Order: sequence, then structure tokens, then C-alpha cells
Amino acid sequence: MQNYLLSISIWTPIVLGLVLLCSNQTSQRFSRYFALSAGLISFGVTWPIAMRFDLQSQLFQFQEFFHWILPYRINYHLGVDGFSVPLILLTSFMTLLVIFSTQKSDIKNLPHYHAAFLIMSGLMIGVFCALDAILYYIFWEAMLIPMFLIIGIWGGPNRIYATIKFFLYTVLGSLLMLVAFIYLYLNTGSFSIFDFYQLPIALPAQILIFLSFFMAFAVKIPMWPVHTWLPDAHVEAPTAGSVILAAIMLKLGGYSFLRFAMPIAPDATWLLKPIIIALSLIAIVYIALIALVQKDMKKLIAYSSISHMGFVTLGIFMLSPLAVEGGYMQMISHGFISAALFFCVGIIYDQTHTRQIDQYGGVINSMPFFAAFAVFFAMANSGLPGTSGFVGEFMVIMGAMKEGFWIAFIAALTLLFGAAYSLWMVKRVFYGTPLNKTMESLKDIDSIQWLTLGSLAILILVVGLFPSIITDFTNVTVDSFIHLMNRSKLPIL
Amino acid sequence: MQMIHIFSAAPFAPLLASIFVGLFGKYFGKGFSHTTTILGVGVAFIVACYTLYLTISGYTANLVLYEWLRSGSYTFEVGFMIDNLTALMMVVVTFVSLMVHIYTVGYMKDDPGYSRFFSYISLFTFAMLMLVMSNNFLQLFFGWEGVGLVSYLLIGFWYKKPTAIHANLKAFLVNRVGDIGLALGIALILFWFGSLDYDLIFNRAASLGGEHMMFGGTSVSIFSVICILLFIGAMGKSAQIPLHVWLPDSMEGPTPISALIHAATMVTAGIFMVARLSPLYELSDTALSFITIIGAITALSMGLMGIIQNDIKRVIAYSTLSQLGYMTVALGVSAYSVAIFHLMTHAFFKALLFLAAGSVIIGMHHDQDIRNMGNLKKYMPVTWITFLIGSVALIGTPFFSGFYSKEIIIEAAKFSSIYGSSVAYWMLLIGVFCTALYSSRLYFLVFHGQEKWRLSNTVKHGHGLNKSQYPHESQSLITTPLVLLAIPSVVIGFITIEPLLFGDFFNRAIVINHDLHQNLGEIQHHFSGAFAMGLHGFLTLPFALMILGLIVGWWMTSKATTKKTPNKFISSLKGILEQGYGFDRFYEHFLAKGIRQSGEYLWSRIDVNFIDRIMVNGTAHLVGRASKILKGLQSGYIYHYAFIMIIGLFLIMTFFIKL
Repeated sequence: MQNYLLSISIWTPIVLGLVLLCSNQTSQRFSRYFALSAGLISFGVTWPIAMRFDLQSQLFQFQEFFHWILPYRINYHLGVDGFSVPLILLTSFMTLLVIFSTQKSDIKNLPHYHAAFLIMSGLMIGVFCALDAILYYIFWEAMLIPMFLIIGIWGGPNRIYATIKFFLYTVLGSLLMLVAFIYLYLNTGSFSIFDFYQLPIALPAQILIFLSFFMAFAVKIPMWPVHTWLPDAHVEAPTAGSVILAAIMLKLGGYSFLRFAMPIAPDATWLLKPIIIALSLIAIVYIALIALVQKDMKKLIAYSSISHMGFVTLGIFMLSPLAVEGGYMQMISHGFISAALFFCVGIIYDQTHTRQIDQYGGVINSMPFFAAFAVFFAMANSGLPGTSGFVGEFMVIMGAMKEGFWIAFIAALTLLFGAAYSLWMVKRVFYGTPLNKTMESLKDIDSIQWLTLGSLAILILVVGLFPSIITDFTNVTVDSFIHLMNRSKLPIL
Repeated sequence: MQMIHIFSAAPFAPLLASIFVGLFGKYFGKGFSHTTTILGVGVAFIVACYTLYLTISGYTANLVLYEWLRSGSYTFEVGFMIDNLTALMMVVVTFVSLMVHIYTVGYMKDDPGYSRFFSYISLFTFAMLMLVMSNNFLQLFFGWEGVGLVSYLLIGFWYKKPTAIHANLKAFLVNRVGDIGLALGIALILFWFGSLDYDLIFNRAASLGGEHMMFGGTSVSIFSVICILLFIGAMGKSAQIPLHVWLPDSMEGPTPISALIHAATMVTAGIFMVARLSPLYELSDTALSFITIIGAITALSMGLMGIIQNDIKRVIAYSTLSQLGYMTVALGVSAYSVAIFHLMTHAFFKALLFLAAGSVIIGMHHDQDIRNMGNLKKYMPVTWITFLIGSVALIGTPFFSGFYSKEIIIEAAKFSSIYGSSVAYWMLLIGVFCTALYSSRLYFLVFHGQEKWRLSNTVKHGHGLNKSQYPHESQSLITTPLVLLAIPSVVIGFITIEPLLFGDFFNRAIVINHDLHQNLGEIQHHFSGAFAMGLHGFLTLPFALMILGLIVGWWMTSKATTKKTPNKFISSLKGILEQGYGFDRFYEHFLAKGIRQSGEYLWSRIDVNFIDRIMVNGTAHLVGRASKILKGLQSGYIYHYAFIMIIGLFLIMTFFIKL
């Protein structure tokens, strides 16, 4: 049975976003409501994907197939498995949340701002659905444009440097990916992922293919040492931009590793696994140490993101079911927690116009509810059991013991360092007596912010207490992924 | 209704109460806050008593609440293991918690964070019950971190106090160091057993007894590694040297939680865990030795620290540390039931001491310095009597509860054959002297002697005190829990020693390899009833040491007023103690600072300077410069291009002609 759930999920936000972009002349009120309903509709149309998804099936579901550019056998081919579905829902939900959270803000050109997020949401869902390499590549690159604009137009004072750095970093990586796609096309005569999965490739070529993919995805995640664009981009990005960047965009790298780099070049993956594990461990410890000494709150959270994403790569490259699933859980959880933390920074930044930690002190006195949320999110960020932050870290540490005691040990150091940077920031910003008059006159969160933070807090708790709602989607997919990875693709001589 | 629903009521009633009060307490007022939470804990207490009744009549169960996660071949569940050990812990936790709830109504009555406080302590009760009722390591870890979270929130309850918010961060981080060990131990267990379920692991443990793993180039029994790692977790939670530094500072929190969390229940979680895991610990004498030695060092060194403290709460805090050391030694010498026994008696008399100290602090108008107190027995009779009972139980006076548990620990160390137990025995004996010493010093300074508060206040205000500034007895809401805790502090040891230690109460819950570890059998052989043991208690070495300690302590307080320069040895010893053996200094100036500085270094040198400036921007500059050079080539003059073409042609020809 053919249905168009995926196309609807991709194109609804894009079309609504374009409409919003053109409706410049309408009243402020109308365009706000329009954006909010667009977000709601876009979120609504992704629900059936989860509801009607067959949890037991190993196949890609809801596939859509149309010939597109026939001479090169490029097709409009969509389909989802257990790795895509939770991320699609995360994307549409986060987009709704950022539109909702900016309902009352006085950002200039708000309709365009909302439109950019809607269009980006559709493009990112496209990345999670595409089963054709060129289609995937187009979504992947197109998605940069709205983000580029969001940072470049609505960003902070140093936004030009940050956008160019962001753009060059990511484009440079993706160009090599395109080269790899073309190589695979020349050998298979198609751009279909399924053909790529079947193609036997000699080891040297596999390594080169893997490295080209690696450049693109490692930058996106980002892995050490190609991570320096992220703190700059976050610092300059507006709150909503940071939220989407951290919650969704970084996940594209992890997802693409699972979808492309690893199953296409499994032998190279096994060969290079120790190096990537080493890079992940460096990210976890080295970046955590750097996060500890940051003076800017957003930078601190950005570095904390990199450190947490180290768990993603560590998990998925250990290639055992528990660890891979743990890495995946970490992606979802980090989506909620980093988003929540960036929202928190945004909320006080809007009142004080500074992100410097030493400009704060005793915020809890004037904003008790906000402080309660912030402490909760900081705890989730340091992996408190019962929150989603714990699940992924726990699974990865458990899985790491299979690789060796010291790998697990270094990964477990995050228990200490994660708590150190998160709670030390909480202590300096929130606790104590009010530092100055500004701190005394802060206003506590309003109802919009209550709902935004509250919904994230509930999601963090639900996933932490019932992680099986995510792993139900991924269990079967992880099995088939491990199966793909354990099958050598070296040509039989 | 199934049994699991009844047992679930124990943790979830306080949880629900906590959520309600946390969300709505501010709007519904104080009465709502304390009624709801006391109701919740009351339900938990009733369920706990019922559970104890069930298990005494032979009921045990291993129940699954729900499946938390399934991944690969692993299944993680949330569930309850109901046996005598669990039931006993449940009763202790809920009883002390109930007393503290009632006490708090009086103690915190004027605090703006009234309902927040009740919400926290009910949440704590929930987490602690999840910990002790767990049937697997995952839930243990959940409860473990949960109590840590509440401890963090409660130490920093008065968030304006700089010392409080420093102490809570420190407590959380030091505990996290231990948690690294715990997490790794759990990971090793999952790796070797393929499950985190207690029952399954205990059943399979013996068959894996011979397994070894490579560790730092040598082959070590997996159980030694696992047990020591898990114990490192216990060292954090139960504040054993060198991870003890957070507990004295935790006294910055309100006094009721010092009693509940930092004396009676949470800090004993580590002790409970090792007892719960006795089937694993019995397989590794190396780990047991390690535990014995750590415990003995803690017991003695922290007892010494108690002698020089001047803050009433810190004296009791160091006493707690020292007593936790006693329990740890009991675990190390395979006397798990004795450790739990001491845990129970200690929970009662230490909670009593803390709550009585809280009463003193209120009576003294929030002055905590014992040098400013004196002769309070005249003004606070109930507090005085109950404090005295607590102290008498603590130092181990025959027939009081502390006597039975401590005496058996010392005996168990004496008869043990584990490496390090003989040294531990002597250290515990000296510890008895220290306990008596600091207890009598504290008691006499506070309740007897001169009324020094008159003096200090007169100096401050320059005039005499009016009646309202006198110390006063606390209201009945505060003194009632004191009396209720004083009763078990006196009698619980006498009543329960026989069934708990020499009966079959713990038979199913605690496993001891009696062939290897014969000390408890030896003690049982000599034991002829609680009364006889009490009488014999007057003739033992510990009793003599205790009397000596009491006398020295009394002598110290009576000499306190006469200024005399102490000799060099005493003063240098005092210097070491005042530094707390230098642990804090080392951690803060060396470790914490070192970590911060290395972060600073990595950031400024590698991230900012090397990666960003040289690699990233450097590449950009390089491209810029290269394009500047290349730009020069495109001059637009035809003869330039023609010239380059000719050179190119020439070069190509040279290479091709060669071929």
C-alpha cells in the first residue's frame, strides 16, 4: 500500500513556511498565529509515522519511489526505519516548540524568522527520510541555508565570522561526501542506498569512502578536533537557532554515520574503530575540561554538547547492540536537554543582555520557578538517573566494558566532569545572594516559558523512566544494523 | 490486589506526597504541606511494618514492577526484592523519616521554604526506599543517585549561605567520584553475568568464582575488582576515607536532614549495599581486607577529629563518620549482620543526638558553638535527658543499644582471620576511647559547668540578659520525637541482638562462607544471652577504655577555662587535626585547582590557539595569501600568458621526450 506520509511530513512545513515568507504584509497577530498553526500542523502530520510504524519489521517503511532524473538514475526515494522515526518526531516537535516560545518576542521580521525554522524543519525531516544519495545530499545542503540565515540575520555581533566558519566547515566536509557518492554511483550505476549496501568494495577504497563520509559527519556532530565552529555558532545564534542547532542539526551527523558511512564501508569501520573511539574519548574528557572553565554560559553549554555527542560516537562505533542503542538514546536525550538549557540561557539573556557567568549570582531569589527548572535540567545534563540523560550514558558505559576496562573508565569520568561543569554553573548563576540590582529585579518565567520548559522537563522524565518508548522503535533496526556491520563487503577474490 | 501493589505503596506514597507538596504546597499553606507528607510517610511506615511482619513469618519475594529497557540480549527491570534485610531497612528508614517529619513541623515553622523542605524529605524517603527495596543494580543506582540529589538540594537548602552552596556542590562531586567506581562495578557485572538482577547474579556467582581478568598487567580475580569498585561507590556515599570530606561540610544543611540523611539513613546506604551483596563479597578476601582497613582507618581517624571540634553538629558529624567506620570494619570481617545491626542501633541514637542538638541550637538562639553553652540541663530538661541517653548509647554503655552492636563488631574483628583485622581490632579499641572522650567533652560542655552564654552575650550587648534571651526548652513537637527515639536507643539492642545476630533472621538475605570466615561462629559459641553479655560488658577492655575516655573528656572540659600552654606534642597533634589531615587542602588546592587549570590550558592553548588560530583561521589566511599570489598571475596582459604557455610547453616536452 502506498501512502504519502513522508512526503507530507517533509513538504507541509516547507510549503507553509514559503507561504509565511510571502505573506509579509499581513498583520503581526495573524502571522504569529499562522506560524504557530503551521508548526502544529507540521508536528501533527508526523504523528501517523510513529503510530503506524511496524515495530517488528526490518524493512524500510512508508516507502515512496518516483523516477526523478532518469539519465543518472536519481530517484525521489523515501522510507524510514527505527533510526529515522524518533528523530523525525523530535524535529517537528522542536520546531513547534521554538515557534511557540517566540510567540511574544519582539524579534524583528518575526514571520521570516518563523518561516526559516519551518522550512528547515521540512528539510531536516527530508534528510531523515531520503533513501537516495542525491536526494539526501540536496536536503543536507539545503538545510544549511536557513540556518546560515538565522545566524547571519538574527545573530549576535560577531555573527558574520560565525556564519562563515559554520558554512565553510560544513560545506568542506560535504563536498568530500559528494565525491564518495559519485564514486559509488560509478560502481553501482545508481544512487540508491540499497545498492550501496550491496556493493563489494576493496579495503583501500572503503577506507577512502569512509574518510570522505567521516569528514562530513564528524564536522556535523561535531567531533574533536573539528568542533571549533560549534561554540562560535552557538554564541552568535539567537536562542531558537541554538536550540535547533543543538537539538536536531548535530543529530544529522550521528544519524548519517548509522545510515551511510558505517554500513557502506563496514570493513573500514572495523579497521578505524579504535581511532574513532579514541577521538570520542578525547571529546568526552578534554571537552568536558574545557567546558568547566568557560565564562560564557552559551559556550559552556556548547562544549557540554560536544562532550555529550562524544558519547554518541563512542556508542555507535563500539558496534555492539547495547552501545549502539545507547549512542542513539544519547542523541534523543541530548536533543531535549541541550534544547532546554539553551532555552534557559535565552530566558535570562533576554532580561539582562549578558551571558557572562560572573555577571550573575543569586538568580533563584527573584526567579524561583525558573531556578527549579534550571537545576533540574543541569541535573539531567549531568546524567541523573530518572532523567533521559542517564539512559544513554549508562548504556554506553555498560557497553564500553566489553571494549576494555579503561575505555569504560574514561567514559565514566563524565559522571564527575559533567556534574562539575553543570552544577558549578548553577551554583554561580543561581545560588547565593543577589549579586546586584539587576539580579533582584528579574521577572520569573511567564506562561509561555512555563509551557516550553515544562514540556521539555516532562519529556526528559518520561524518557528517563520509560526509555523503552524510544528503544521499541530502535530494537529491530539495531539488530539489522549490527547484522549489516558484521558482514564483510570485501570483494571475494 | 497483588503483593507488589502493597509493597509499591511504601516508596510511592511519599513520592506522591512530595510531588503534591512541591507543586501546590505554596498555595495551600503549611498545614497542607506537613499533613500530606506525614500521611505519605505514615503509609510507608505501616507498609514497612507489615513487610517486616511478613518476612519474619518466612515470606520472601522477588517482584518485577515493569521492564525499564530491553536492548540486545539485555533486559533491565524495576522491581522489589522483599526479604528480611529489606524489611528491616524499610522500617528503620520510614521510622526515622517519620520522626524527622514530625520534628520538622516544629523546627522549621518560621522558615520561608517550609513546604519545599517537606517536599524534599519525602522525595528522599522515596529514593531511599527504592534503594533498599531494589532487586537489581540499576534501581540501586537510581536510588543511590536519587538520595544524592536530595542531599544536594537539602545541604544547599539555605541557598543564600555561601558555605551551604559550597558544601552541597562538594558533597555531590565527591559522591560522584565514588559513583564512577560504582558504575564501573555494575558495568563489569553486566559484562560477566549478562544481567543486573540480584537473584540471578547471586546464583551464578559461585560458578564464576575462578574467573580472572587482566588488570594493569596482572591477573586478578574478577570478584576482587568488582567488589572493590562497588565499595568505592560505598566509600563515597558512606563517607569513608578518603572520600569522607563532604560529610562534615554537609552540616550546613538544616538539622533535621543531618539526622535523617547524614546520620541515620543515606550515609548507611553503602553499608547496606555491601551487606546486600554479601554473596559476592564472600568470594573475595582481597576486597574484604581492603574494606576492613579503610573502615578501621576511618573509625579511628574520624574519632580523633571529633575531639577538637567546637561546633555541636560537627562533633556529631565526625562521630557519625567514625561509627560508619565501625560498620565498615564489620563488613570487612564478614560480619554483615552485625554491620546492619549497628546500622540500626546507630540510626536511632544518632538521629536522636542530632535532633537533640537541633533542639539545643534552637534553645541557644542558633548559636552552635559549644564553648558558648553550659549548664543547659537546668533550662532544657527533656533535651538534656534524651541527649544523655543518646550519648550513653553511643559510647557503648552495657545494656544500651550501642553497646551490643559495637561490642560484637570489636569481637568480630578480634576473631577474624582476614588480613588487616588484627590492626583493625586495635584501632577500634582506641576508637572506643575517642568516642567516649568526645562524647563526654560535648556533653559536659553543653549541659554542665558554667553558663557561658551569659558571658558571651553580655560581652556582645554590654548589658545583662533578659528572660527571653535565656536558653529555653523546645516545644512538644520537637521533644516528642526525641522521646520516641530515645526508647529504641535504650532497648533495641537488648531485644533484638539474639534474633538478629544469632537467630535465623538474616539466614536467607546474607550469605557467609563459614568455612573461611569463622569469627561469627566463634562469637555465637561464647554468647549466652543478652543479659549475660551486658553483665560481662563491665569487665571488658573496651569498658575500661570507655571509662578512661569519659574521665579525660570531663577533665578537658573542667580544665578548659584555665589557660595553660599545652606541650609541643599535643599542640602539633592538634594542628594536624585542625587541618583535617590535610585532605581538604589537597583536594581543593591540588585536585580541583589542577583540573581547572588544565581545562584553562587546553582551552586557551589547544582549542583557541592551535586549532582555531593556526589550523582553521590559518588555513583561511593561507588560502587568502595563495589567492593573492595567484591573482598576480592573471594580469590581463597577453604576453604574460603567452610567456607562461611557452614555459609550460617546454616543460611538458622535456618530460615527454625523456619517455
